[in-house]
Amino acid sequence: MKKKFSLGLTIQYGFAIFFMLLFSLPLLFMISSSFKDPQAIFADVKSWRAFFPVGDVNFDQYLGVFDRLPLWQFLFNSIFISAVVVLLGLFVNSLAGYAIARLKFKGQNIILVGLIATLVIPFETIAMPLLVLVNSLPRVGFENGSFELTTGWLNTYLVQIAPFIAWGFSIFLFVQYFKTIPKELDEAALIDGASFFSIYWRIIVPLAGPAFATSAILSFLAIWNAYLWPVMVVQTEALRTVQVGLDYFWASTSEEGTQWGEIMAYSTLITVPIIIVFVIFQRSFVASVASSGVKG
Amino acid sequence: MIKTTRVLLAASLAGVLAITGCAPATNTGEPVKVSMWSHAAGNDQEIATVKEAITDFNASQTSYEVVLEEFPQESYNDSIAAAAASNSLPCIIDVDGPIMPNWAWSGYMQPLQISSTLEESLIAGAKGYYNGELYSAGAWDAALGMLVRKSTLEKVGARIPTVSEPWTLAEFDGLLKAVDATGDYDYAIDWGNGWTGEWYPYAYSPIMQSFGGDLINRDTFESADGAINSDKSVAFGNWFGSTFAKGYANAAQTGDRTEFIAGTIGIQYNGNWAVKDALEALGDDLLIVPPPNFGSGPKIGAGSWQFGVSSTCENAEGANQFIEFILQDKYIVAFANRIGLIPATAAAAAEVPNYAPGGPFAIFVELSNQFSVLRPPTPAYLKISTIYEKAVADIINGANAKQALDAAADEIDADLADNKFYK
Repeated sequence: MKKKFSLGLTIQYGFAIFFMLLFSLPLLFMISSSFKDPQAIFADVKSWRAFFPVGDVNFDQYLGVFDRLPLWQFLFNSIFISAVVVLLGLFVNSLAGYAIARLKFKGQNIILVGLIATLVIPFETIAMPLLVLVNSLPRVGFENGSFELTTGWLNTYLVQIAPFIAWGFSIFLFVQYFKTIPKELDEAALIDGASFFSIYWRIIVPLAGPAFATSAILSFLAIWNAYLWPVMVVQTEALRTVQVGLDYFWASTSEEGTQWGEIMAYSTLITVPIIIVFVIFQRSFVASVASSGVKG
Repeated sequence: MIKTTRVLLAASLAGVLAITGCAPATNTGEPVKVSMWSHAAGNDQEIATVKEAITDFNASQTSYEVVLEEFPQESYNDSIAAAAASNSLPCIIDVDGPIMPNWAWSGYMQPLQISSTLEESLIAGAKGYYNGELYSAGAWDAALGMLVRKSTLEKVGARIPTVSEPWTLAEFDGLLKAVDATGDYDYAIDWGNGWTGEWYPYAYSPIMQSFGGDLINRDTFESADGAINSDKSVAFGNWFGSTFAKGYANAAQTGDRTEFIAGTIGIQYNGNWAVKDALEALGDDLLIVPPPNFGSGPKIGAGSWQFGVSSTCENAEGANQFIEFILQDKYIVAFANRIGLIPATAAAAAEVPNYAPGGPFAIFVELSNQFSVLRPPTPAYLKISTIYEKAVADIINGANAKQALDAAADEIDADLADNKFYK
């Protein structure tokens, strides 16, 4: 059967392709520039060549990245911290969301409003008090072959993870999504003798895949892109993350100058994990955004 | 269900232990550890000399062991501020010269205790004083100059200026006009306005000072009104803005600054750290000349990265010993050879081929000695710097100079009042 030509569909696709290309341009610029030296980047910047790896392309910028900083260490740190925050965050925030959406207790709505209110507080305003707080907390450290109780969380993975596990936005997302799951399922399980945690674990969680995927992607992005907090609490290279690593390339007033090619190569390398995470969760992410109307 | 819960709890506990157990161990054995932070992470050439000096120092005695931690320059100051707030400053820090008074005022630093002989041997731009006391000392300084092709000057019939007879304002105006009129260049001059941040006050406030203005009243350091917006400062603003309005300079310049070497810009205002490439590309055609005398003599900025001791350092003696050690001429020479900056002592300069008398960059030593002006040594400078940057950026983009500088004066004075004049 011959398909009919549809003007509306053509325009729709035309718009989609246009915006896809438009939003791809910065990524194309970053990737193509990562194969050029700074002079070539600036020479090409005013033409279409900026978006393609043309001219004298090479891998020197990538080699320069590995010379300049411990990339694998920074990548490991970022992946480890982001993964732990995401995993613990999914568990803690979904449980909190479940309690607010499903259980009956006094002050339920006040708690939800309080959680939503935390979303409007910029992190920068609480960064300094948080720093003082974490610096005075007790910590179990492994030193000289034994566990020791010390004070202060600075220079640990813990300080980059613990403050970000509970996240108001994620809890709100779960609350909204859990409300779309029919309560009759809970009631049937209760009649069968299931506990609240059992209902959460066996009924709610399997049905809330899109919410988990969305929360995972958004919290991964937030932690992956964290900059101010790691700068404040990490005083050793061994625990530094990829975003702070970007600072290694800025040196406008040194003989060497700012290494734009290396910046692009480094940016390309640290973007790859984000793209992988997004591709893995893409289908569920889109489904959740479409159903809950929530976006990051 | 119970089994699942136990597994989750056990996994969580194991995770927490794994995470908390990953803090780097500390060693309390002898010799006494003296912690040091450097802003030069990612800058292999600079950090190499620091590491050399640390290795040599640690091997030269048994009382102290300097332990280095590297930070990238872009976030170094934030790391210091956070460390001060959490009482975790290291013993030895490095500090950008103009910021030092703020850190001293904030209680981050204590005065240096180095030998008077060493102190006297250092050039002015390599020493940081606050309230009459030496708080920081460095191995180098930087200097600014004008880069131009000899062939360009010959073509437009301009004279080659010297340190004793720099261009006047009228001469320089004529030169810009003539270079622009040749049609050989996209722009007559590159002021470096693509570099933002500290470059603006470092590079442009000396031009304002050459006009006779200043950032703040230096007698009291209690008001910018009448200084940053004085008639002479406004004259600077009007003139500087006109170089963009007339098309002599590009207001939308990138931070790359390769145009001068590429031959699309006639004159470049730049620092000594950037001239090596120009010399290699242009050879004998390159001239490094002093900035013009805009009325009150040529001026250039001074004060670069220096070493200091934190106020919480428990081993200040060891810290001061190390600072004296790294400021030996052999390390100053190594710094200068590696990162291209001006050696902090005359004796070291004589050993660096580029800066020794007759060397290709020797003029920068002269410029530094004769024309350098420290940025105002006041804790308020951090604020002054950002306010001035905004004002000059506005002027570059066509704002009225008087209004921009009046607004800057108001903002600086408000900050001074808010902070009780940083007393």
